[in-house]
Amino acid sequence: MTLLAEKSPAAEPAPPRRAPARRRLVPYWLLLPGILWLLVFFALPLVYQASTSVQTGSLEQGFRVTWHFATYWDAFTEYWPQFVRSLLYAGTATLLCLLLGYPLAYLIAFRAGRWRNLILVLVIAPFFTSFLIRTLAWKTILADDSAVVAALDALKVLDVTNWLGLTEGDRVLATPLAVVCGLTYNFLPFMILPLYTSLERIDGRLHEAARDLYASPATTFRKVTFPLSLPGVVSGTLLTFIPASGDYVNAELLGSTDTKMIGNVIQSQFLRVLDYPTAAALSFILMAIVLAMVTVYIRRAGTEDLV
Amino acid sequence: MNPRNATGPKDPNDPKDPKSPGKPAGLLGAAVRRLRRDLVVLAGLLTLAYLILPNVVVMVFSFNKPNGRFNYSWQRFSTDAWQDPCGVADLCGSLGLSLQIAAWATVGATVLGTMIAFALVRYRFRARGAINSLIFLPMAMPEVVMAASLLTLFLNMGARLGFWTVLIAHIMFCLSFVVTAVKARVMSMDPRLEEAARDLYAGPVQTFLRVTLPIAAPGIAAGALLAFALSFDDFIITNFNAGSTVTFPMFVWGSAQRGTPVQINVIGTAMFVLAVLVVVAGQLVAARRKRTAATR
Amino acid sequence: MTTTDTYTGGDVRLTGISKSYGSFTAVQPLDLTVPQGSFFALLGASGCGKTTTLRMIAGLEDPTTGTVHLGDRDVTDLPPYKRPVNTVFQSYALFPHLDIFENIAFGLRRRGLKSVKKQVGEMLELVQLGDKARHRPHQLSGGQQQRVAVARALINHPQVLLLDEPLGALDLKLRRQMQLELKRIQTEVGITFVHVTHDQEEAMTMADTVAVMNGGRVEQLGAPAELYEHPRTTFVANFLGTSNLIPAEVAGTGSEVVVTAGGGKLRLPGERCPAGARPGGRLLVGIRPEKITLSHADDAGAVPDGRNRITGRITDSSFIGVSTQYTVDGPAGTGLQVYEQNIERDPRLVPGAEVVLHWNPAHTFGLDADQDIAAGTEQETAAGAGSGAGPGAATGPGRNTAGPGQDIAGAERAEDSP
Repeated sequence: MTLLAEKSPAAEPAPPRRAPARRRLVPYWLLLPGILWLLVFFALPLVYQASTSVQTGSLEQGFRVTWHFATYWDAFTEYWPQFVRSLLYAGTATLLCLLLGYPLAYLIAFRAGRWRNLILVLVIAPFFTSFLIRTLAWKTILADDSAVVAALDALKVLDVTNWLGLTEGDRVLATPLAVVCGLTYNFLPFMILPLYTSLERIDGRLHEAARDLYASPATTFRKVTFPLSLPGVVSGTLLTFIPASGDYVNAELLGSTDTKMIGNVIQSQFLRVLDYPTAAALSFILMAIVLAMVTVYIRRAGTEDLV
Repeated sequence: MNPRNATGPKDPNDPKDPKSPGKPAGLLGAAVRRLRRDLVVLAGLLTLAYLILPNVVVMVFSFNKPNGRFNYSWQRFSTDAWQDPCGVADLCGSLGLSLQIAAWATVGATVLGTMIAFALVRYRFRARGAINSLIFLPMAMPEVVMAASLLTLFLNMGARLGFWTVLIAHIMFCLSFVVTAVKARVMSMDPRLEEAARDLYAGPVQTFLRVTLPIAAPGIAAGALLAFALSFDDFIITNFNAGSTVTFPMFVWGSAQRGTPVQINVIGTAMFVLAVLVVVAGQLVAARRKRTAATR
Repeated sequence: MTTTDTYTGGDVRLTGISKSYGSFTAVQPLDLTVPQGSFFALLGASGCGKTTTLRMIAGLEDPTTGTVHLGDRDVTDLPPYKRPVNTVFQSYALFPHLDIFENIAFGLRRRGLKSVKKQVGEMLELVQLGDKARHRPHQLSGGQQQRVAVARALINHPQVLLLDEPLGALDLKLRRQMQLELKRIQTEVGITFVHVTHDQEEAMTMADTVAVMNGGRVEQLGAPAELYEHPRTTFVANFLGTSNLIPAEVAGTGSEVVVTAGGGKLRLPGERCPAGARPGGRLLVGIRPEKITLSHADDAGAVPDGRNRITGRITDSSFIGVSTQYTVDGPAGTGLQVYEQNIERDPRLVPGAEVVLHWNPAHTFGLDADQDIAAGTEQETAAGAGSGAGPGAATGPGRNTAGPGQDIAGAERAEDSP
């Protein structure tokens, strides 16, 4: 920043010159407040949580660090179905977001013409209605006597989802399908926007070149459009999967006791049961799983410059 | 090479290409081709409908007069809620609190994030990698993990949960997003512009205020907008760290258990319409400015 | 416009100035004086240090050693915004968020002038953009943007105007036009212009004095004709136009030096030889392609006595319009270039023909034979630019360790962009 890139006029004349110390410190001053904030309120809490997870005791007598690592094992063995469910739901929702989001992002980038801005607004504007209100609206949409459920039933879609174990009988609400549907809905814009950004950047002449070089439309998409949109795919899937894996709102509002995700467990352990060590251990296991998956994914996708 | 050289964005994978081999000929072929060409449009519009449907429901049900405590099924038309949007205890208070927290979180995160972004783009320093990771990690972490660990910290410190803990948490998780938005803008800035300013007698402060800031402004504004939206709509982190303080999302969450007043639909709809209007107005102003600049 | 601001003794004096980035030296210690009111060009290939030198005059780069004087004033430690020097940047660096009027008024406003309307108006007229005052830079063509950049700098009546490849982004025709335009403006306002370019034709067209830079050093400095006719190094001989350089052995010295090359004798003026030439020593004999006359071997007898002559065979010819360019191989050297005006074309001069090349000995120059004979030719320059980027890139880690918090914005433009 030029603000402080000033040379002091009284700099020592003797060569070789060096940047004044004041100037060399500039980046550190710029970084200090923000980084301190992240260290104290992001990194330090993780340390506290690590310590909490190996504590034993009770709310009445207080907790003490006893290096009780068994909490991790106990927590995992007790709640592994919720872990598996979380990853399954989040993964399915991410895949659905990609399948649903790509055509819309493509439509906005290449086919929308003068409607482009309007559609973009319609994608972003729902953000401003609290996502909780919108999730509650799904309760109406997927209610047992709603037109949507009746249509799904008539189209025999429910038979398929029943067979897949996603729904039960002629209900959608309080089933895994409703939760996945809610997750997909909630994180869809986080998929569409990065996809749109990377699609929009593609130089139209590349497509013309591909077609000129005997690529059919399908091949053009497979060999040119899709590879070039990969950065958007990677950041879109991350922005969808990470929050979805820890979400408990959709499972709580649209699901039942059989669709509880790990977020629900952590939330209730922390805020209702007040079993802090177990909650902290669960939270750490979730963090480890997600970070490991993200790291492997980024490596595989070869996109390091997401930030 | 494409005879259908319409203006505006053009579908790069348009199957109506003379070179595409193996297309069925004749009328049926044309219909099939047309369908294939517009398949992506159809799919996109379906997704858009999926995205918009809940908002439509929220809007319609803001005119509902429910029988019980819950506003989930249609009874009859009424504008009662619109005439008295604050008619439910604590609703407007929680909305005000949310706006207040969002405003302060935006200011805090934008200032701190902009400073970090400038440092990252403009300077070389030690521990760059570590700092990049520290900024990336909050975005790569499920919210519930951050929420729970932050609560552990506050409990250990004996902090009283409320406005301040929520604000601290919001600034924390908005920070990374602001850094990302501002960084992108500053990186694409030509450093020669600032050199030109210094060359033209602008001192460091003047250069920053007259050139750097105005040019980085769209990035900073985008970051601030994002921070505001994230903070205003945040539930999970707030849920853990708010104590007995009730923000608007917390109010909605609570009402899902106790009974949903129609007024939350009114407020949700109003916010949605307001957002669309602001964006449309902005677009119109930008378009007009462009036109006057071109004719002048 | 007004040029009432007069400066006494406004020479730009660089004394022992150098610039290093870690272990990479962009500019070797350099002494240079640019006389007041002159049009001075720094000419060289990319990475030769010319832009770094310019940026040190502007104050955008801190010299590693040495001082910068404007007249009697030492400005080495002055930041750019306190120097009476303005720059026309490569790719112009017009402020995208300000209109043309405000771009031009920027410097005046920063110096606290309130009423700038009249001056800006005059300046807009000077660069013929009066109707574009309220346009944004991106609405202007490349040539118009370039004129705005010049106006934005000139309105401040700087003691020195620095131009960093100002015409690089323009197409050929517009470039020619702008060269004349800039020259006209310089004559009109009488300000010292220091112009950085890699285009030798541009430098020679515009500048009174040209400094040819290579590898962070000034190879030779002088008026364009002087540099062209009396190159002192192979780099200058090859970089400015084309030269035929023939390795030869000195046979006799005096007011006229006689050398043997390819079995024949060649003569050249003693004052055009390097001082160290003595019988038995080696020498590079140089002659410009357009000074050579080409005769068919059958007409060898018609060549007047007293002219330098060598024999050869045409290997290639290309018709350029005003002239025909021949490539000739002979015992004295291969790939010799000859440019013949297309006045009366000899139909026998086709590839394969045996020819005699002859020229006035006075046009011959001698160069020290210890140099790289290919320095400054196009292939060599390209390779040089490549290897020039090499050390620059290699100093990357060195730069990192040079000091924490170092401003990278400057360091990354250590090498001139082409």
